[in-house]
Amino acid sequence: MSNKVMSVSNVSKRYGAIQAVDDVSFDVYEGEILGLIGPNGSGKSTLFNCLLGQTRPDNGSVEINGHNASGLSPSKLNKLGIGRTFQQLSVFPEMTVLDNIILAGQEHHGSMFSRLFGAPDAGLTPEADRLIAFFRLEHLRDEMAGSLSYGQQKLLDAAMAFMAGPSIVMLDEPAGGVNLTMLGNFKERLRTFNKEHGTTFVVIEHNMEFVMSLCTRVLVLANGAIIAEGTPDEIMNNQMVIDAYLGG
Amino acid sequence: MMTKRNMWLLAGLIALILAPLGQGNYVVYTLCSWLIFSMAAMGLNLTLGYAGQISLAQSAFMAIGAYTTALLTLPPAEDGVGGLGLHWLVAMPISVFAAFVVGLIIGFPALRVKGHFLAFVTLAFTTLTFLVLRNEDWLTGGTYGLVGMPRPDFGFFNTGKQLRFYYFTLAVFVVFCLLMWGIIRSPWGRAFKALRENSIRAESLGVDTRRITLLAFAIGSAAGGLAGSLVAPLVQFIEPGSFALVHSLKMLLMVVVGGAGFFFGPVIGAGVVILMPEFLRFTEGYYLMIYAATVIVLIIFCPKGLIGLGEIIRNKLRKDKKVRGDMDKGAQL
Ligand SMILES: Nc1ncnc2c1ncn2[C@@H]1O[C@H](COP(=O)(O)OP(=O)(O)OP(=O)(O)O)[C@@H](O)[C@H]1O
Ligand SMILES: [Mg+2]
Repeated sequence: MSNKVMSVSNVSKRYGAIQAVDDVSFDVYEGEILGLIGPNGSGKSTLFNCLLGQTRPDNGSVEINGHNASGLSPSKLNKLGIGRTFQQLSVFPEMTVLDNIILAGQEHHGSMFSRLFGAPDAGLTPEADRLIAFFRLEHLRDEMAGSLSYGQQKLLDAAMAFMAGPSIVMLDEPAGGVNLTMLGNFKERLRTFNKEHGTTFVVIEHNMEFVMSLCTRVLVLANGAIIAEGTPDEIMNNQMVIDAYLGG
Repeated sequence: MMTKRNMWLLAGLIALILAPLGQGNYVVYTLCSWLIFSMAAMGLNLTLGYAGQISLAQSAFMAIGAYTTALLTLPPAEDGVGGLGLHWLVAMPISVFAAFVVGLIIGFPALRVKGHFLAFVTLAFTTLTFLVLRNEDWLTGGTYGLVGMPRPDFGFFNTGKQLRFYYFTLAVFVVFCLLMWGIIRSPWGRAFKALRENSIRAESLGVDTRRITLLAFAIGSAAGGLAGSLVAPLVQFIEPGSFALVHSLKMLLMVVVGGAGFFFGPVIGAGVVILMPEFLRFTEGYYLMIYAATVIVLIIFCPKGLIGLGEIIRNKLRKDKKVRGDMDKGAQL
């Protein structure tokens, strides 16, 4: 667990009077499941967006597998092996579940040319079916994504982040709005993926039960800055964290 | 094995083959222009209906196709504006390519602006094209336009007669539909739809949204160029007014009326938009008002167009068939 896959240095982002992200630095190690927690508005999503090319940070840099990845577009970062979800549900409602999943993988196969003249599914149907089954969405495969329930769409949204075989998966509140049984399943899915493929995870989540039982390490953000870092046990007993959450 | 869909397509094709038989020149001419406008509208449907980028420039791309083809196919003139006397088979690909390249360039504003602003940018381009065609009369013949473009002669098949030109147009239409269908169901087509539905998510999944946006414009424009390339020999007289803004709006209507994002929507839309004035002719001056009112009603009550309306009715009739896949497995979730 010593290989750094991502290294974040001094990232800051200000919106008007709000310092949304305040000089944040941390490393992500290969194969870990890193939790990112913090009160509402503490800057978690903004930090994700700064790291993933969605928002331009005012300051700071990101390295991925030792290469400078600052300023790359989201699609370039995706090609470098980063899968992500957004806090808001983001599926393609008027495409089938299968098409959603194939889309999530097609740009990683062949060339622009082969994607026009090659197979309509880019040869990805078998792989997509495996992923759909892995997330237990088989019975919804040919439904329009928009006709799925919120929780099912959330699951599909997460599944898309896995399709391209990423080395790092970054999830923004995957558990929000998902019922308990499904959540248990989902946690198992993430663990299995982590074990079988060595995939590294960074997970933003408010559900403490979920974070503490899933993550191997946790970062705590408050007012845009990291105020604590440690194992789930350490974090749960950290006075600063307790204060931050209880109106400190 | 023939699927139901293929049966419908075959029936449609047979209908198109039989349609002009025994009809007068005017009806055959109208059918030709229906097919040609269908192609232009299908191109716009790719840009607007599939990729979600509004364009009011489709008539300008038709103009590019028509004038390019005209200038390449007209015989050289001793005085006044003449052409190069090339065959349509040479002129058409050049015209389509010209529209493709200009479409690519017009796509760049779409990378920065969306919605109403994009509509204005493309509208400005249509107006600009109109002015260039009118003012650069050394090349375009100005307000007098260009006259007498030859209809292609393939040796064994001369398209000079109206009926023959119709079958020639139909052949181009069929090939065009196959190409469009290939694009729509390819990964490119999937990326176009993803761009329309959630461009940020698409980008995060590795779709190069810049490139896909430009391609959506370029391919849609190329279809406009192809349509223009057929208009020149059909009408044998083109002038700037034939490609004014109102025609861009008409094509927008064809897409919306037929159902944006449905493959054959624009064909139905083009039929309605072209034929309705004919049916409403008895109302004399009022037909434009009736026409506009119908369109507004359609957009309000049936935003998915006539094909969408058909689908709604079909789903109502077969309600039992449309059970969501998860309803019977609810317990396991
Ligand atoms: N685009 C923006 N424009 C202005 N302010 C913004 C913008 N995005 C975020 N902010 C502000 O930055 C701060 C951090 O927001 P962010 O969404 O990152 O918080 P978060 O930790 O993800 O919260 P939550 O747990 O509620 O999702 C908030 O005060 C928010 O209002
Ligand atoms: Mg957030």
